Amino acid sequence: MGAYLVRRLFLMAVTLVGMSILIFVLLRLVPGNIADILVDATGNDDPQEKARIVHDLGIDRPLVEQYWQWINGLAHGDLGYAFVSERPAIEEIAPRIPISSKLAGLAIFFAVLLGVPLGVVSAVRQNSGLDYGLRVLSLSGLSLPAFWLGLLVLMASVQWFGTIPIYDADAHGFFTQVKMLALPAIVVGFRSSALIMRLTRSSMLEVLRQDYVRTARSKGASNASVNYDHALRNALLPVVTVIGIEAAFLVGGLIVTETVFNIPGVARFLVEAIRWRDYPIVQNLTMLIAVVVVTMNFLVDMAYMVLDPRIKFGG
Amino acid sequence: MTAIDHQAALARAGANVTGWWSRTLFFARRYPLGAVGAVIVFLFIFTAVFADVIAPVDPTATNAKYSLAPPSSMFWLGADFMGRDMYSRIIHGARISLAVGAGAMGLGGILGISIGLASGYLGGWIDLALQRLMDIMQALPLLVLAIIMAASLGPSLRNTVIAIAIPLVPSVARVVRSSTLSLREQPFVEAARAVGMGELRVAVRHVLPNTLAPLIVLATAQLGSAILVEASLSFLGLGVPEPHPSWGRMLSESAAEYVRTAPWLVIWPGVAISLTVFGTNLLGDALRDLLDPRQRS
Repeated sequence: MGAYLVRRLFLMAVTLVGMSILIFVLLRLVPGNIADILVDATGNDDPQEKARIVHDLGIDRPLVEQYWQWINGLAHGDLGYAFVSERPAIEEIAPRIPISSKLAGLAIFFAVLLGVPLGVVSAVRQNSGLDYGLRVLSLSGLSLPAFWLGLLVLMASVQWFGTIPIYDADAHGFFTQVKMLALPAIVVGFRSSALIMRLTRSSMLEVLRQDYVRTARSKGASNASVNYDHALRNALLPVVTVIGIEAAFLVGGLIVTETVFNIPGVARFLVEAIRWRDYPIVQNLTMLIAVVVVTMNFLVDMAYMVLDPRIKFGG
Repeated sequence: MTAIDHQAALARAGANVTGWWSRTLFFARRYPLGAVGAVIVFLFIFTAVFADVIAPVDPTATNAKYSLAPPSSMFWLGADFMGRDMYSRIIHGARISLAVGAGAMGLGGILGISIGLASGYLGGWIDLALQRLMDIMQALPLLVLAIIMAASLGPSLRNTVIAIAIPLVPSVARVVRSSTLSLREQPFVEAARAVGMGELRVAVRHVLPNTLAPLIVLATAQLGSAILVEASLSFLGLGVPEPHPSWGRMLSESAAEYVRTAPWLVIWPGVAISLTVFGTNLLGDALRDLLDPRQRS
């Protein structure tokens, strides 16, 4: 167990270091840097001015030196300065994190609320009309692009309320915020709810075939007691893991949904920063996402071990 | 694991497996949803291939007079801001989606198969290094890696294919590697080696064909996600550039303005994307049931 943990943590570190190198190199492949974009935007193509910007931002120094500067800064909690706003990157990124986390949390909440019960119903009534309907619904959840679903929601609210939901940074209070973020959260969470539903269904079906379920039935336990007490509790294990991994992988949905609903979160900020070639922001945000994904994977594996005592790693 | 004998499996299930036609009918009856998916995918490919014949007008022809014209007998699905016919653009959009989807799936598949085979078959430090590389690539969500790749390579049709293909590599490599690991120890592989076949030939001729069943299932799923990622990239303005009629591009950020004024510009491209991906998902589910009995639901 101890050896397994050490090995896991070591591999996580290797993955993150590899990720930092990958991102750093990929970004330097980008044709054009921020100086080109700024010069284009102002229409001033004085080569001296351009050279000065490049020199000030330090992007003319050797790559190894730039990389070392970034990593060394990270180790000391210094994320560097954003190219565009010229403010410390941490001040640009930090206020946006809670916005995206709230949206993601709410999205996962809706996804579980919808996905688990529907998955159970679908399994218990296997091959009924309801089951077919729910399976088609969940597949459509995996097929709709999140940004289109978002646009449809906007369209519906124009139709019914005559206006579109607008993000208000000054909204305070739990319920005001939930109300404001509910629609985008449903859009982000719809895909995850479909995944959770499919997994709950197949996991339930597998458990319902087990001997101990048959035993419970033959002892005269009620249908409800067998389905929910005996089966569901055991079927939820894989579902817990997919919820954890989905929470980390929601970023893709967040990027397009924050764009559609004009929500100033980190995910939309990443795309803006990529467009501006704002290296410090892109590097640090990508690392943040990678850290979240790797940590979630680790936590999910740990949760598995706690929830299912039969699993022993590296024993 | 041995190769699945589909003929025998079908015969055992009571199917009349004499000809191609009756086999198709059997599939349709056993997997009605899968058959619907197959029809959608067939229509999608047909539209993409014969777009020039089906589309009434040139999808790039502009006409300021008809800017944002609503659906009519002239423009079945309306016209966009530049007066281009939406119906023709959506027909031609199938071509872009298929080109990017199939291209990314193919390129990602070839790279993934090579890495997976090398990793599983050679083992040792090569396996270790390649697996760490796959770990790194999987530490970012598909769309995030694709966005960064697309921005690094610059916007073009070819670069979009590459940007989507690379993030697809790890899952293919993982599937091929795990099948290869178990196949490597099988007697028929040993026999092939015993008769003096070269390692590369054993890997490609004997090991690879036996990993095909899970690969086909994965490829169908990846076609769907490649189409979705292309749409998202183009929506964000980082994918297929103008004047190519990409479904995602038609819904790009400016579409939020059309929600009020020209809803037909928002509805139809989204229907096209969703229907296509829905078809590949239906087909993929049925194929998984058919080819991968361990995951049968």
